[in-house]
Amino acid sequence: MSTKGEKELIRAYGDRRDDGVVQLAFTLPVPMSEKAKEAALLYCQKMGFHDIKIAATERAADNYSFFIVYAHTKAVLDYAEIDTPELVVKKLGFDDLNKVIEEQVGRRIVVFGACTGTDTHTVGIDAILNMKGYSGDYGLERYPWFEAFNLGSQVPNVELLRRARERNADAVLVSQVVTQRDVHKDNSKQFIEEAKKMGLHGKVSLLLGGPRVDHKLATSLGFDAGFGPGTKPSDVANFVVHQVLQRMGKEEKGLHYEGEPTAKAAKGAKT
Amino acid sequence: MPGVFISDEQVARARQLALDITAPIFSLIDKNTTVSIERTVLRWFGVDGTGAMGAPLVNLMVDRLQQAGVLNKGAAYWYGRALRAGAQSPLDAVERLTTMPLEKLLPLSAEDEGKLRDEIRGEARAAVEELTSRVAKRNALRAEFPMGRAPHKYVIVATGNIHDDVDQATAAAQAGADVIAVIRSTAQSLLDYVPHGATTEGYGGTYATQENFRIMREALDVESKKLKRYVQLTNYSSGLCMAEIAFCAAWERLDMLLNDAMYGILFRDINMRRTFVDQYFSRRICAMAGIIINTGEDNYITTADAFDAAHTVIASQFINECFAKRAGLKDEQLGLGHSYEIDPARPETLLLELSQAMLVRRCFPHAPLKYMPPTKHKETDIFFSHAYDVMADLVAVWTRQGIQLLGMMTEAMHTPLLADRYVALKAADYIHRAARGIDEEFTVREDGRIATRARYVFEHALQLLEECKADGMVAAIGKGRFGDVKRDEFGGKGLDGVIEKGPDYFNPFLELLEGRA
Repeated sequence: MSTKGEKELIRAYGDRRDDGVVQLAFTLPVPMSEKAKEAALLYCQKMGFHDIKIAATERAADNYSFFIVYAHTKAVLDYAEIDTPELVVKKLGFDDLNKVIEEQVGRRIVVFGACTGTDTHTVGIDAILNMKGYSGDYGLERYPWFEAFNLGSQVPNVELLRRARERNADAVLVSQVVTQRDVHKDNSKQFIEEAKKMGLHGKVSLLLGGPRVDHKLATSLGFDAGFGPGTKPSDVANFVVHQVLQRMGKEEKGLHYEGEPTAKAAKGAKT
Repeated sequence: MPGVFISDEQVARARQLALDITAPIFSLIDKNTTVSIERTVLRWFGVDGTGAMGAPLVNLMVDRLQQAGVLNKGAAYWYGRALRAGAQSPLDAVERLTTMPLEKLLPLSAEDEGKLRDEIRGEARAAVEELTSRVAKRNALRAEFPMGRAPHKYVIVATGNIHDDVDQATAAAQAGADVIAVIRSTAQSLLDYVPHGATTEGYGGTYATQENFRIMREALDVESKKLKRYVQLTNYSSGLCMAEIAFCAAWERLDMLLNDAMYGILFRDINMRRTFVDQYFSRRICAMAGIIINTGEDNYITTADAFDAAHTVIASQFINECFAKRAGLKDEQLGLGHSYEIDPARPETLLLELSQAMLVRRCFPHAPLKYMPPTKHKETDIFFSHAYDVMADLVAVWTRQGIQLLGMMTEAMHTPLLADRYVALKAADYIHRAARGIDEEFTVREDGRIATRARYVFEHALQLLEECKADGMVAAIGKGRFGDVKRDEFGGKGLDGVIEKGPDYFNPFLELLEGRA
């Protein structure tokens, strides 16, 4: 944690500096009434807010009231204290990234991906791997210097790893969309266990993606990176290229670059 | 009708092509039955409940018949044999059948064989009458408490626990929902049985079981009476148990079912033959029970690009319509699916979406149609997301969609919060109210961008249909013409559950459903 330099105190900005305004929306399981409105106010006080304005009280159903609230918080943050890695390398675009692979790796980078376990929702893995990509950002299949295999949905973890090993894959992507009762975590743990058994852990980049995934969760489960909502294929492509270069010794281990997944700014795969 | 865009002859040509394309599939359907269809027959006779390890009795019985190599005569025949052997109840019949030496059983005399079939036909007729009387009860409730105006606002609940689903569904109904869908547990479509009883544990949704259907429909009946507005219920007749789910849904008075002639093949990798045979019987049941089917063309444009693959939606709708009509469904039961999925980063997407929705309306003027909201390009800015959904609300009312699944501002984040549904319903209600009749006020210029795009898409749909006719359906699917997904005839799950009918195959329900008895 860096403590050098001046403090830089910040608060939420509503319409003037340091007013600390936040917007909230929540539902209470009670019928709409004056009492319910009072309950919403007290609830916001309990959360530590002051100058609370219950902007809207809506009858969401017979026994549920929905509130939209503007309130003030006294919380202050020293912006100067926040430690984020310095950017060394800029995020590379489609053409530049292909060029780096061609010149520095000298062969196509092999990537396998699937929705594993019982998950049938391929929209995330499709967005990252398929030709089309996502939000105007081409999928890995489109990169001439990537060889991408999308195995689809409900692929057993072992099967995905086995196929990846057969082709000496550089990276394996696991997409987990369904998160009910944390099924994504159980399945992801099992994936890492299998990867360890097969000796792939630490040798191949193992990536986890999904709407409820972030880098912190993924790394705590044993993955090399986690990609949450909003991730573009080019984010994943850049990450994989850096990993390959680092494993080849052509790039310093732990080098930081623009767009890298971090625990603080969780980014991730659109699903 | 906002625009003509294309000639009636062109539309008729598309219909004729769909008829030609599906014709060979119907000979396949005619020649084969499936384990799921035979289980449906037994369910209809009243075989219910579970046996060892919780396996449904209908599975135990059909598996036994299949192992003995006699399923090609039809489960109804063997059910009749068990009754003749002295079975006192459907359960007793199952027990007898599982212990009988089926392989060695001699055929009956021609006279007795005829008697058996007559008896079983009589029993089937009574069972069909019971089903139709249950459907009549539902229709009476609908007549007493008329539904809200179309587009019917459709929302999803997905807690995994049927009792929690009931809470969320009634809350949604109170907030103005016209249709409640209970999302199924992940991968239920790949189970070759229908789970039994009320369920409280599911992944990403709640198991579709007959008991869960009953619980939810009864809760919505109570709510409909309270609101004086009938609230519809839908579930999923897709996957390996299309026919059984259709039966359970019909029996429990559901109003709609997701039911697509090709969805299982493309998106669940279920074997083609299995799906084609199953969908026919399931749709026959829907036709009889007045169930509106919702087809799944919206899925094509979540995998393929919505702009580039727009024509595949139209082509598939003609094919789905043809399969449906040949299974006895009427226009008013065809919730043909499509969606608002063009990348919002493009210019003129409102015009493009209007063009597509108007074209669908133009091709299928009497079908209710089922409009799906944006999902693929949803990001996690809920404020933008809400505005984005509202545009779909506008297109839905403008093009007179019968059923509109409402977009959720937290799409791409989590299953909807209770308040998310409320906010979506409130906005849709406003847009529908504000813009109803807009189609009668504005005609669309025939030389403009909307009409030109509609003609372009239709032309490509016709080309695809021509290609499907030339190559055959199977080859077209093999080439990935729909949804960019390639499947072959003998791949996928469930092929071992397809059985060629014997010369003496007996299915009295099929006879009744087809109006042959």
